Amino acid sequence: MHDRGRIILGLLVFLALITFPIWYNLISGQESRPPEIELPAGETLCVADREFMRTEHMQLLMDWRDEVVRGDRRIYTASDNRTFPMSLSGTSRTEHGGSCMSCHDNKDKFCDRCHDYLAVKPYCWDCHVEPKGGQ
Amino acid sequence: MAIKRRDFCWLAGLSVVGAASGKVLSVGAEETSGSGSTLIGEPLLGKRWAMVVDLQACRKEEGCRDCIKACHATHNVPDLDDPDEEVKWIWKEKFHHAFPDQEHEYLRHDLRHEEILVFCNHCDNPPCTRVCPTQATWKRPDGIVMMDWHRCIGCRYCVAACPYGSRSFNWRDPRPFIDETRTDFPTRTRGVVEKCTFCDERLAQGRPPACVESCESKCLIFGDLEDADSAVREALRTRHAIRRKPGLGTQPEVYYLV
Repeated sequence: MHDRGRIILGLLVFLALITFPIWYNLISGQESRPPEIELPAGETLCVADREFMRTEHMQLLMDWRDEVVRGDRRIYTASDNRTFPMSLSGTSRTEHGGSCMSCHDNKDKFCDRCHDYLAVKPYCWDCHVEPKGGQ
Repeated sequence: MAIKRRDFCWLAGLSVVGAASGKVLSVGAEETSGSGSTLIGEPLLGKRWAMVVDLQACRKEEGCRDCIKACHATHNVPDLDDPDEEVKWIWKEKFHHAFPDQEHEYLRHDLRHEEILVFCNHCDNPPCTRVCPTQATWKRPDGIVMMDWHRCIGCRYCVAACPYGSRSFNWRDPRPFIDETRTDFPTRTRGVVEKCTFCDERLAQGRPPACVESCESKCLIFGDLEDADSAVREALRTRHAIRRKPGLGTQPEVYYLV
């Protein structure tokens, strides 16, 4: 190893470059923070508990989609027997509530904040129309 | 001691069974109900939905486009002028285009120049559903030839199969061509086929199709063919009705009182 010095220097430069985002954030004083989403005021419970909704809402929405479009079954019965229309942005209601967007009426501050943070691009809104309040 | 092959197989099998039964239990817990009784407005239920178009009444309202406007506004149908790219759920067609097998040299003058209201016939034997490679279109038990736009891949086999031209393809993003986008009904995207669905979303809310509701002259009669007392059966019992291209064997369920 005649070029020990150069190799070690090169490795150090490489490490410094690859960890640049970490240094940069430390020096600039910015912290990585999870997204802050706005939950509907006055509501405490979604169609299922928070943990389930956080991890499984995409599967739930796809199940609802197939139930409604392919099965013409439009009512969802939650585990506590509350009922909801299986609808993302529709206007139908039951005694317990309406579509997802009837509560979460601001797509930017609810859906997008988390999806942008995670860099996921769901194509729901290619067709479904977000409520006017969110624009 | 290392695990024996036999024990390993047993363990693997047991864990697969365990995982599968857990899945079954969790699916059961999230079951959805199909009663539909709590929606505001009881759903309209039918065994065989059909439409009767009273051409005698429609003829008197020459130039009326109320039903077309109502349908296209309700369903976010884009307004594209180019006939190669236009999207339409309900429109007017020349008599000899709508009923080519009824045309002859001495046809009544008024009929020859009449424009006939046409839309998806919701055939009893729909050729469009048979050719769909993804089952994005199918016939529901109540007779509605339904579409799942989520599943449509835009192959246009159904467009080619439909002998009535009832299906439109979105050659471009339709959103810029929708005058006023309704938020309670989706738009479509480029590369998706669309057509009339007999307003399945309105039937589920207990409302008749948008075109029927919008027609003040009551030219459109919607009802259940299996119900002998329904308005459609009454109209077919008392007046002579024809269907479009009956010789093809598609059994269209839209009837025209001429």
